[in-house]
Amino acid sequence: MSIAINKTKCVGCKKCLSVCPGSLLKEGENGKAFIKYPKDCWGCSSCIKECEFKAISLYLGADIGGRGSKLTTDNKGDIVHWVIEEKSGEMHIIDVNRKDSNKY
Amino acid sequence: MKKEIKIKQLITDVLIIGGGTAGCYSALTIKDNSSASIIIAEKANIKRSGCLAAGVNAINAYIVKGRTPDDYVDYAKNDADNIVREDLLFTMSQGLNRVTKKLEDMGLVILKDENGEYVARGNRNIKINGENIKLILSDAVNNLKDVTVLNQVNIIDFIVKDKKIFGAFGIGVNDNVLYEIRAKSVICATGGASGLYKPNNPGFSRHKMWYPPFNTGAGYAMGIRAGAEMTTFEMRFIALRCKDTIAPTGTIAQGVGASQINSNGEIYEKKYGIKTSERVYGTVKENQEGRGPCYLRTEGITPKQDEELKKAYLNMAPSQTLKWIESGKNPSEQNVEIEGTEPYIVGGHTASGYWIDTKRATTIKGLYAAGDVAGGCPQKYVTGALVEGEIAAESALDYIANYKDSYLFSELEESLLINVKKKEIETILNYEDSTFTVEQLEEAMQKVMDSYAGGIGNNYQFNGKQLNLADEKIDQIIKLSEELSAKDMHELMFVYELKERLIVCKTVIAHLRARKETRWHSFAENLDYPNKSDEWLKYVNSKLVDDKIQIIFRELVGRGETYEHSY
Repeated sequence: MSIAINKTKCVGCKKCLSVCPGSLLKEGENGKAFIKYPKDCWGCSSCIKECEFKAISLYLGADIGGRGSKLTTDNKGDIVHWVIEEKSGEMHIIDVNRKDSNKY
Repeated sequence: MKKEIKIKQLITDVLIIGGGTAGCYSALTIKDNSSASIIIAEKANIKRSGCLAAGVNAINAYIVKGRTPDDYVDYAKNDADNIVREDLLFTMSQGLNRVTKKLEDMGLVILKDENGEYVARGNRNIKINGENIKLILSDAVNNLKDVTVLNQVNIIDFIVKDKKIFGAFGIGVNDNVLYEIRAKSVICATGGASGLYKPNNPGFSRHKMWYPPFNTGAGYAMGIRAGAEMTTFEMRFIALRCKDTIAPTGTIAQGVGASQINSNGEIYEKKYGIKTSERVYGTVKENQEGRGPCYLRTEGITPKQDEELKKAYLNMAPSQTLKWIESGKNPSEQNVEIEGTEPYIVGGHTASGYWIDTKRATTIKGLYAAGDVAGGCPQKYVTGALVEGEIAAESALDYIANYKDSYLFSELEESLLINVKKKEIETILNYEDSTFTVEQLEEAMQKVMDSYAGGIGNNYQFNGKQLNLADEKIDQIIKLSEELSAKDMHELMFVYELKERLIVCKTVIAHLRARKETRWHSFAENLDYPNKSDEWLKYVNSKLVDDKIQIIFRELVGRGETYEHSY
């Protein structure tokens, strides 16, 4: 399980550094975030939800059947837009309202 | 250049170790009731640390309308086949609805019907949006006055003298600092232990696991080293999960009523029973007998159910939704393959942890335990951990109200202790000749536990000879771990985490060896003693005496009874 950080989109705000429950993200020489221990990522997506610049995405490792799609989020108030971009470029968006309870 | 570490000394009334579910709630309770000073030491950042990082799908421990706390005790007792502390379960159950109401007042979204009643999911669960549950808790704590939250400070050892606690030592995860935190009382809320056994996905996705991979059993290990009594480490927890993503199965099973089926399409769950351990065991047996893989039958659910499932998983385990979308098949088009995880030690689901009284006091005076680190009280889930955090906080306040023990610990003793700890750390930071890395020894430990102490590779089964081998091999790895080195503070934390896990492994092995029966399939399946026996209706406890694990058997504490420490 791991995340990828887009260096162009990362502005070096460091919010993701403090939110990772494993403290796995660190500041690189260029002031931008990088994941120092990619194999130690739990896949909790805390950093993805924290990043306002959509610079961080979650992907599934090939060892658990990952096919290279990337998951990012865009938060607009109570609405979390979960965006999945497949390798082919096809996009899927699922909106979840934080005020709505799970149906199950 | 020789690496040196700076010393930072802090003093507080109450030190809370671990700012997860139980720890945060302890802080809130203390501030509701007193002006006592608090330090929370958290190895990551309380914002998303602990079990609630990704969110939770439901409140799984709640007394729904028409049910009573006694019913909850009955349920947990039955699921653990009698090896529970009914006094602990009852005091927890009494508080479940109270803490739920408080969470709702703090901002947790709970589904209600037209009459304003919570909508139940079965007999003990209510439906919520739990994606931001940790943010709700941590925001409340961060808004408290006079609470010091030390984020990215990893506690490595208690300060204990004459079986009384005086504080703890911690290290910065990024900064070269050794913290000595003196406290009148300490609440240990560090969570359980993952990473003891070879995981489902041992390669790149090794941390794609059920339990937080960052909960490494620190609280157990520190207690064991300090001579605290521990209970029921032989009742390991194994979760039944979605294959690969290790995402929860309950949401599918209960949400859309999906049965467990084998590859012939036969429903097998009723054949083996529906206790937590039996659901895992049945899946193992079906595979062993050639009817694998096993699934949750989701084929044929409605498109609306597909959409709701995908949303629900985004709120707690987003990788499962990603998997469905990537594969191009919704759950309605493809059954969800399931598997058992590697075993964990976790007092919130099974009963492993500190041996405590109803005040959540451990056998070390002034030290309280709450949440997954506390034993005897399974099926806590989030709300049970909150109640235990509340009880531990109230007890710590009672303890410090009558506190007059500081003279027992002199300045000379204190400086001596600090110097010993400083030297221990600097030795690891400056050692240059180590043959093995932490990662290599972690793999070695997990392989030993998998092969000889009932891991996935052995279908969770073991016998006495294998346990003896496991014990011997873990001893060898402990020896090797004494020569580990660390380049920086984060690596130093890895060294301590590995050592914690090794101590927990030793205790697990000792407990598995001591219970000479098979009460729970898969959780503790001893092939030398394949049946259960009423002779074993007792607790297996342990404590470290002269560096050796001593096993203690204790009589069950039943309904209406209350266990109290004799100190």
